Amino acid sequence: MNRQIQLDIKKTRLEAEGRQRRPSVVARNQRNQFARRTFFIVTLLPMILIAAVTIILVVRSWPILSTYSPKDLFLGSTWRPDQGLFGFWPYIVGTFWVTIVGVLLAVPPCLLTALYLSEYSHSFTRSIAKPILDLLAAIPPVVYGVWGLLAIVPFVEDVLAPLSRRWLSFIPIFAVNQPTGFSILAGGIVLAVMIAPLIIAVVYEILRTVPEELRHASLAVGATQWQTIRQVVIPRVVPGMVAAIVLAASRALGETMAVLMVVGNVAQVPASVFDAGYPLPALIANNYGDMMSIPLYDAALLCAALILLILILTFNILSTLVLQRMLGKNWA
Amino acid sequence: MMKKRWQRRHLVEAFVKGLMIVSFLVVAGCLGAILWTILVNGFPALTWDMVTQIPQGGFYLGKGGGVLNAILGSLYLAGGGTLLAMIFSLPIALYLQTYLGDSDWGRYVRLSLDVLWGIPTIVYGVFGFTIMLAIGLRASLLAGIVVLALVELPIMVRAMDEVICRMPVDLEQAALALGSTKLEVAVRIVIRQMLPGIITAILLAFGRGIGDAAAVLFTAGYTDRIPTSLMQPTASLPLAVFFQLGTPYPIVQQRGYASALILTIIVLIISVGSRLISARLNKYTVK
Repeated sequence: MNRQIQLDIKKTRLEAEGRQRRPSVVARNQRNQFARRTFFIVTLLPMILIAAVTIILVVRSWPILSTYSPKDLFLGSTWRPDQGLFGFWPYIVGTFWVTIVGVLLAVPPCLLTALYLSEYSHSFTRSIAKPILDLLAAIPPVVYGVWGLLAIVPFVEDVLAPLSRRWLSFIPIFAVNQPTGFSILAGGIVLAVMIAPLIIAVVYEILRTVPEELRHASLAVGATQWQTIRQVVIPRVVPGMVAAIVLAASRALGETMAVLMVVGNVAQVPASVFDAGYPLPALIANNYGDMMSIPLYDAALLCAALILLILILTFNILSTLVLQRMLGKNWA
Repeated sequence: MMKKRWQRRHLVEAFVKGLMIVSFLVVAGCLGAILWTILVNGFPALTWDMVTQIPQGGFYLGKGGGVLNAILGSLYLAGGGTLLAMIFSLPIALYLQTYLGDSDWGRYVRLSLDVLWGIPTIVYGVFGFTIMLAIGLRASLLAGIVVLALVELPIMVRAMDEVICRMPVDLEQAALALGSTKLEVAVRIVIRQMLPGIITAILLAFGRGIGDAAAVLFTAGYTDRIPTSLMQPTASLPLAVFFQLGTPYPIVQQRGYASALILTIIVLIISVGSRLISARLNKYTVK
């Protein structure tokens, strides 16, 4: 009772001074505990989401997975949903072709650029490079698609295809079999530019983890900078570089709009980089939403999404684990 | 003084360095090429009508109108998605830093976020559409916002996490030493100190959201009108670009290029704006 009166007096005094009454330590601790629990539940959200996406795709594509043998489904090369033929092979091959061409084109210049920014350039060059890479990463996929349509497809059609026809046509994968520039190569070029900022940023971060003393020691005994890079820096970062490339490949695998606009979308197993292809994301984007009347079509497209998801999850988890180990938690 | 002998290794050095500079210029040149191509092709068709009018009858056959429906639709979608993602990502980012720190559990959460980031947006779109079918929701602004929030969530959390990690430890410890609870540290100290970075993270996610086409393709639908409620379908700029390029009429394709230019300008403004905002807000933080 006495204490209550004391508290009341204190409260009145505080109010008279225009201050709010402070919450008690107990109340603050309770609030803290409540926040901890709520935050914990929210933090479970990402994991729940991954599980939910995977489970729902498996459940919804189960009708087709249980009807056809995996061999027919994944290695069959005829895609005629109206006749009940669902062969994913052309799409899987198309996906890998575009991704591999994109990664192969992106990796050499990106590694060199990351090395340049990390080992050679002035801080001024770095301060220019950062906004350039940020902008390149910020450009929406559909704008990349428009650029591909306006610049890359004609470039492939008018410049690269004739060159290849003249000099390289004896190599099967460079044979020119179709007249347009809508091709695996065009898709690969666009993808290469799209994944470049990611590769450069991650490789740059990895290169920064190599202790400066090692470089100094190497330079002090007379090595040139390139010798230092090749013999001291690179051996320490090879796993990280591979992980960065795999990560970029996983991004490239799932890229939809930009590739869809330039790759030609012909359901065939491509034999040359100048052939048109039809990657899985494009298959889904072009057909999902209006396939309700054909039996199993819906399940087939969800199965395509599932294949894509599993490929990407594998690539992604492997590369992320390597990168987390190399860079600590803050690698992104 | 011994004269420097030019050995093979010095030639290699010069050659490799030249190669690196060329690579850097190629990468930078790609950005220039993209912006130039979009500007040159989009600018001629970019009229005042394009940004102030909705499509009129026969718009896709070359008649009058603009893409205001898509511009506003995209802003609604990305704005709603960003807001929704923010409600969840701020607690996750704060929890990761103040409560979890470097623990194993924190590593798993970060791994799961990185994995989520890697899931292609088309898969989110398909996932969202499947859920919508199950609960009987039509393609609508609401569905688009929810799916975009899923796309933006990992980007936002990881970007926030990255800045919050740079929180000065002594500042945090000073607050704890004065008797603050962790929640008070998170809300009153970390958010204030890291506000520039948090805003950059939010704008980064917004930029990703507004540019994404695959996630909203099935979930938000497409319409020529400006949505007035959450349950109506809505247009978006990336899809406007895509559909206009899909028509056989050159004049409509021209407008597609102009729409792409509008989208690029919005994204550039966000990107440059976030830089300026965070530079300005940086003045108010403890160094």
